[in-house]
Amino acid sequence: MSGEEEAKMPEDKIAVYFCHCGSNIAGKVDVDKVVAWAAEQPNVTVAREYKYMCSDPGQDLIKDDIQKLGVNRVVVAACSPTMHEPTFRKAASDAGLNPYLLQMANVREHCSWVTEDRDEATEKAMRILNAQIHRLPFNEALDPIEVPVNPAVMVVGGGIAGIEAALKLSATGKKVYLVEKKPSIGGHMAMFDKTFPTLDCAACILTPKMSAAGKDPNIEMLAYSEVEEVEGYVGNFKVKVRKKARFVNTDTCTGCGACIEACVVRKVPSEFDQGLGKRSAVYIPFPQAVPLRATIDAANCLTLKGKKCKQPCVTACGPGAIDFEQQDEVLDLEVGAIIMATGFELWEPDQDPRYGYGKLDNVISSLEFERISNASGPTGGHIVCKNGEAPKSVAILHCIGSRDQNHQEFCSRVCCMYSLKFSHLIKEHLPDTEVYELYIDMRCYGKGYEEFYRRLMDEGVHMVRGRAAEVTDLAMSPEEEGRLIVKTEDTLLGIVRRIPADMVILSSGLSPAKDAKEVSQTFGFGCSGNGFFLERHPKLEPVSTVTDGIFIAGCCQYPKDIPDTVAQAGAAAACALALVDNPTVKVEPTVSYIDPEKCCGCHICVSVCPHTAIQFNEEKKVAEVITAACKGCGVCVAACGSNVPQQAGYLDNQIFAEIEGAMAL
Amino acid sequence: MTDQFEPRLIGFLCRWCSYNGADLAGTSRLKYPANMVPIKTNCSGRVDPTHILKAFKEGADGVLIAGCHPGDCHYINGNYRTAGRYPLMEKLLEQMGLEHGRVRLEWVSAAEGEKFQRVVTEFTEEIRALGPLGWGTQFHDEAAEGDAAEAAREAVPA
Repeated sequence: MSGEEEAKMPEDKIAVYFCHCGSNIAGKVDVDKVVAWAAEQPNVTVAREYKYMCSDPGQDLIKDDIQKLGVNRVVVAACSPTMHEPTFRKAASDAGLNPYLLQMANVREHCSWVTEDRDEATEKAMRILNAQIHRLPFNEALDPIEVPVNPAVMVVGGGIAGIEAALKLSATGKKVYLVEKKPSIGGHMAMFDKTFPTLDCAACILTPKMSAAGKDPNIEMLAYSEVEEVEGYVGNFKVKVRKKARFVNTDTCTGCGACIEACVVRKVPSEFDQGLGKRSAVYIPFPQAVPLRATIDAANCLTLKGKKCKQPCVTACGPGAIDFEQQDEVLDLEVGAIIMATGFELWEPDQDPRYGYGKLDNVISSLEFERISNASGPTGGHIVCKNGEAPKSVAILHCIGSRDQNHQEFCSRVCCMYSLKFSHLIKEHLPDTEVYELYIDMRCYGKGYEEFYRRLMDEGVHMVRGRAAEVTDLAMSPEEEGRLIVKTEDTLLGIVRRIPADMVILSSGLSPAKDAKEVSQTFGFGCSGNGFFLERHPKLEPVSTVTDGIFIAGCCQYPKDIPDTVAQAGAAAACALALVDNPTVKVEPTVSYIDPEKCCGCHICVSVCPHTAIQFNEEKKVAEVITAACKGCGVCVAACGSNVPQQAGYLDNQIFAEIEGAMAL
Repeated sequence: MTDQFEPRLIGFLCRWCSYNGADLAGTSRLKYPANMVPIKTNCSGRVDPTHILKAFKEGADGVLIAGCHPGDCHYINGNYRTAGRYPLMEKLLEQMGLEHGRVRLEWVSAAEGEKFQRVVTEFTEEIRALGPLGWGTQFHDEAAEGDAAEAAREAVPA
């Protein structure tokens, strides 16, 4: 059970570098004391300090000592290895030292930044550093493993982020699979009427991109499809995609819509119209859909439900594209990188019953209003109440479900702007209608946003500073009969007001998709506290995830407006391109090795390996690691009762030495 | 602070979740007691009972193992192995005379800087209350008697 004492390399010459990191470390840790102490430690040839080790002069210190002093082991006490381990390992490598003979001691994120007392911080820094000084003699030179990279990229999600990323990648000649779970690409942007602050028509700016993506020879469009399984690793992902059956042959369907006209089932609430409009069982979600192909909804089609139907759709279809026998198709695709662009869901306002959503007529969500004001929506673009009449007064309530410890604590960034946009649209359609914006703060941070707010003020929109407390139909005076009353504090006037309205729009925030957690687990990366996909670093790596080769863009990372979404999509495409434009990529060589002389053939490691990277050699009766498949978790090492597998870079001896060093002081 | 018993703790952090969670506590400047030295492995599933015993033998009073939440393991189910080993190891350590609570298993995600701060703070105080373990001195004292000392001497790597 115990590891053997490996013979130490002759003449370990360790160099210790202690970084000040400006005042980040030096402001709390007594650098002089630690460096003086370090210089005295066994095997330490030289101990230096420098203000910014990651800078060129800092890195040169390392290189010089390797070349001039024959230093053969290096520890850099500085920030987290997630920041600069690659930087320092490259510096070592450039100077001729194997990069795996360099370790970092994290004395910033794990020490100077989290410790109040200077003495305690200094002592902890010494213990952290000592652990690495003890570990280094047991480090072995390792060579990175180069694996080939598949140049294809998969983009998951066909909203504006996914479309933009796909187009950018295609422009470089790369093959892109664009996977979208709805029957058409376009996402939420396709539902909007106008976009702030320019009041561009959403469809006018989106459809050219949708059309380009649909025609692009490098983009394989997989609409009405979902990812079921992801295996593999950077450069070599294997993805199972299920193309759901539309029951329509997409090669022969021309999207003419004759089947839709003919269909006898006509009252299915339209998802695209937020349930306000109706569609048939066979449908095209909106007229500019890409791909422009019909889809039959099995839950509502009489034939597919096993009921009797004359099938007028079949009769009406010229090319004979209807196919009730169609099956789902499962594709096994191989790609080198994946971009997640799965977007958001609107926070459902019925979660806050004070506003009467779902109970009171004419209390509507923001997406419902988009569809009402959209000329191709259920009301033909006329802003009307449920009774068909134009509202004389509209109240737009900000921060529904947002900035609220009871619901979503975070601010969704776009709601103030889309609320102002709604005010403008209402004033444009109905100049005599009173419009009230009930807000906490007006967040108009973007280009042209503040100017747009000014414009709305000039258009006579009433800006009421106060978060609405409730929406009721309980009249307290004859004037209030038959109307919705919005009760709010007006903090600027210092009074509580009851604002009469015929229509109330609830501007709720953006939520992560309900299956975001599941999706993140399928692909193998994490989510942040509020449920959105987690970026690798909030400032410096906003489109990467901790899993190499998987990138994120758009609202699935965090709520943002269209300009930022498009920018992020381009950034993700660039990151993916940087990976797949190379024939190979280096992966960490921290893989497991099983000594056939010592293995007794019990199979335990074979059964615990999460990646089925260990196979049993029937001839030799021992377990063998398939190095290319090993991801370096080390589970087999801990599982083996005879301590036979060893993980390069994380040998038992290295770990024991680290423990000894940490506890020696 | 000077007369109070200061626990000496080791924390095994997995590189993908808990190590990043600890980093996040750092970038957020959350303050916690300085008693724990972190040791990084790729996966919490790499942590062997011998590592835990070694830590105690070298003088640790408590050991924390922190991994990814179930379902989130970068290596799919490495953390399930950790979760499976932990109760068995607790039983083993009990037989060696170790009080319950000296080894703690926690799931800390890369986004849970605050949780990391809370866990380290709580664990430090719990071990402070349990008092020093003293295995380090027991081992070096060959004359130390009792089943616990004997069993521990047998089991731990040199």
